[in-house]
Amino acid sequence: MNPSPASTNAPRSPGLWQLAWRRLLEDRIAVVSMVVVGLFVALTVASSLNWIARNWNEEIAVGYAPPAFTGKQAVADNSPDTTAKPALTTDPYPGRVRDPLATELAELRGQSAAPHGQAAEPPMEINGIRIVDPIAKEFAEALAAADAMATAPRATSLIFGADKWGHDVLKKLIKGSETSILVGLCAALVATLIGTLLGAVSGYFGGWIDDFCNWFYSIFTAIPYLLLILTIAAVLNQKGVTTIILILGLTGWTGIFRLVRAEYIKHRSREYVQAADAIGASHARRMFVHIFPNVSHISLVQLSVHTVGFIKSEVILSFLGFGVPVDKVSWGSMLGEAQNELILGYWWQLAAATAAMALLVTAFSMFTDALRDALDPKIK
Amino acid sequence: MSETQDCLLSVRDLKVSFRIDKHTTFEALKGVSFDIPRETTVALVGESGSGKSVSSLAMLGLLPKESALIDPVSRILYNGRDLLRCSAAEMRDLRGKDISMIFQDPMSSLNPVFTVGAQVEETLRLHLDLNRKAARQRTIELFDEVGIPEPHKRVDVYPHQLSGGQQQRVMIAMAIACEPKLLIADEPTTALDVTIQQQIIELVAQLRRRHGMAVLWISHDLAVVGEIADQVVVMRHGEIREAGPAQQIFEAPHDAYTRALIQCRPPLDHRPKRLAVIDDFIGNELVMASTVEQATRGIAPDEPPILEVKGLCKDFEFREGLFGKRVLHAVKDVSFSLPQGKTLGLVGESGSGKSTVGLTLMRLHKASKGEVFYRGKNLLAMSAREQMPYKRNIQIIFQNPYASLNPRFVVGDILKEPMCLHGIGQDDREREQLALEMLYRVGLPPLSLRKYPHEFSGGQRQRIAIARALSMRPDVLICDESVSALDVSVQAQVLNLLQDLQAEFALSYIFISHDLAVVKYISDQIMVMNAGEVVEVADSDAIYDNPQHPYTRKLIGAIPRGWQPGAPE
Repeated sequence: MNPSPASTNAPRSPGLWQLAWRRLLEDRIAVVSMVVVGLFVALTVASSLNWIARNWNEEIAVGYAPPAFTGKQAVADNSPDTTAKPALTTDPYPGRVRDPLATELAELRGQSAAPHGQAAEPPMEINGIRIVDPIAKEFAEALAAADAMATAPRATSLIFGADKWGHDVLKKLIKGSETSILVGLCAALVATLIGTLLGAVSGYFGGWIDDFCNWFYSIFTAIPYLLLILTIAAVLNQKGVTTIILILGLTGWTGIFRLVRAEYIKHRSREYVQAADAIGASHARRMFVHIFPNVSHISLVQLSVHTVGFIKSEVILSFLGFGVPVDKVSWGSMLGEAQNELILGYWWQLAAATAAMALLVTAFSMFTDALRDALDPKIK
Repeated sequence: MSETQDCLLSVRDLKVSFRIDKHTTFEALKGVSFDIPRETTVALVGESGSGKSVSSLAMLGLLPKESALIDPVSRILYNGRDLLRCSAAEMRDLRGKDISMIFQDPMSSLNPVFTVGAQVEETLRLHLDLNRKAARQRTIELFDEVGIPEPHKRVDVYPHQLSGGQQQRVMIAMAIACEPKLLIADEPTTALDVTIQQQIIELVAQLRRRHGMAVLWISHDLAVVGEIADQVVVMRHGEIREAGPAQQIFEAPHDAYTRALIQCRPPLDHRPKRLAVIDDFIGNELVMASTVEQATRGIAPDEPPILEVKGLCKDFEFREGLFGKRVLHAVKDVSFSLPQGKTLGLVGESGSGKSTVGLTLMRLHKASKGEVFYRGKNLLAMSAREQMPYKRNIQIIFQNPYASLNPRFVVGDILKEPMCLHGIGQDDREREQLALEMLYRVGLPPLSLRKYPHEFSGGQRQRIAIARALSMRPDVLICDESVSALDVSVQAQVLNLLQDLQAEFALSYIFISHDLAVVKYISDQIMVMNAGEVVEVADSDAIYDNPQHPYTRKLIGAIPRGWQPGAPE
């Protein structure tokens, strides 16, 4: 009698991840925090695909327009729109960029300089040479757009208020969340990858490889954190989201390395690993096929912990000015701007960025806690 | 209940269940009643999951409050008080003073950062209100009483500086420090070597007489119980199967389960072809003929060896300080040969190097010196790549079936992996078919293929480990304490399976164990090791009947003989 192969259709028993998922769904706090984190992630995705908050950089409101819920309106004085004021110069828009060629062209024509070229003047010929203003057309368009914006009616209050230039704080907040979450997640991925790989190799092989990795680790931890970040920032020599991700990822792997290394040391002498050796499994196979599934939950929890940590680090870096470039917005740069605004009593940018950050960080931390409990129900 | 006056402690209708999760509970004790008379030794015998440890923890009020549910009808009466209704403070006062306990693993019961003396003194000062000096004096006396040499020096050492046996003596000293009325010993000798086990059994018996205590001895091993108990209570699945005086239990057991437990240990004086298992007694009353039929074991001198080991040495080096090195010679110049289809038993106490021999000849440890010839080829001289095709020929089954299977693999993957690595079977379908055949061969249902190891019992897991080793069709199988962690009844089943497989596939075994009874039963030849050296090699019957070396004689003398008619007490 032979066993029938029909049994191969039997359902597979639930594995670790499936069981952990079930436990996670039973935990009310976990579900709430997952929903919050999920909303933030959805927001990030939507904004990075330019579905929402695309035009955060448009000045749609009066500068420092207060949040709508306060019931206040911005004072017109704060508006950069100076049409109400008596003109001090012939140029009604003194702050505006001038056409750099306008004066020269006017001189050539023998006329007084036009304040700005509303329309491309007809080409003229001097000594048989045709002289054309090369940027006249584009410049005229840009100026027209700027005029339209400057003269367009501006909102005097917005949901979360506006900043100095009249940007919508809500849109800035969404765009800022995108940057912060992206940086936090990617940097945590980089750090977890480096930490797990080094930890696995170091813990599994031991001996001089372990010594070398530990030496490398000691150097990294011996240098003060901020100094290291400044150094890397100087070496990479460009501001940008990628740079911050690299900086945080390259400096943040040390804790994960120690944890994963300790787990590998514990597991490498376990009997199931020896059994794998006995059946002829290679080192790489033992390391990644056999041991890794048994320690992967640690990497996952660390990934989650470090995402929270790096979101906070990004905020600090941007606040200090080492973070995102000026054409990007992040929670950190919002806080940086808010530093000066606060003295003037414009608190809403600070409040919005802080609240969003606090909400995400708290939810993410609670999710991490629940995740750890779900993956390792014995510890609690 | 005429003897309530003589009764120190009586358990009445004890029902305990454990909450597993929100919806399910597990009934650990289903209404257990027994008495512990004054000044007697009562043994609680049963296999894992029988509820014997739960009973003792209930007596001490040590069951976890959040998960253990004790039925309101249950009573544990001690001197007229119901221990289940005592407050936590009352129980604390009782524990250590009136009722004390010794545990299975002395190393994890002693706090590693305090000296052993300080730990005993703490008990004395807490319960007897002695001052520091008197407590120390009393501790030295106690150490002397439990047979620790040079007690005035040993009070100041840390637990790791003592051997396992001495640690257990410290635990006993701590337990008897306040002259308890009842000493609960929960598998106190299971983690110890046989020679030490014998000493501890004698010590407890002596202390019981001298101090007039009652002892509750919890064990899975009937042979040990037979040596010490006056009364025996046999438990299974949270119920009492049989209770009575030791003589009655061992000489005329009523219950089929009790009989099965007595029978399934390998006998020392004869060698049945097959060991009795519980199903033989419980399913049908017919004992299979093969348990009566005798087998012979032994090696003829001219049999050609399949595996030959010459001058195997293994040194372990430890870094000590900055540049220092300490070398431990774990295996010193071991040589033997193993003919096809035969079993070589390797016995010795912990630290004798017997497991290291097995691991080294498989190249799981790197040998320091020596040669291992498999069919004439020296395995140790090969590179890892050259050795690969030979790797499948020698396989190993480890001691702990809970640790040797990767918890993240389903059984199907566990069985298919070695076939994949060695190119056995054409494709995944064929390998799956082969895996199913292996499962069938070791007596597991085909459904197991999709399950994870944690869904199986210890014995079933060991079968999976055996199936994994067999999937490579090896010639030599190293069993490293492979049945030591199993319950006696399961042990018998696995031993039977190993013998069946040996007959079917002409397998050669190297059977490593500290349990002489098992080794004697299954081996053709026995090699006794002590401190890394081979002290004696001979056919198994010869070594048992006529041991030459004094160390062998000591080992054989320490085998628990179980109930001896007319024994003292």
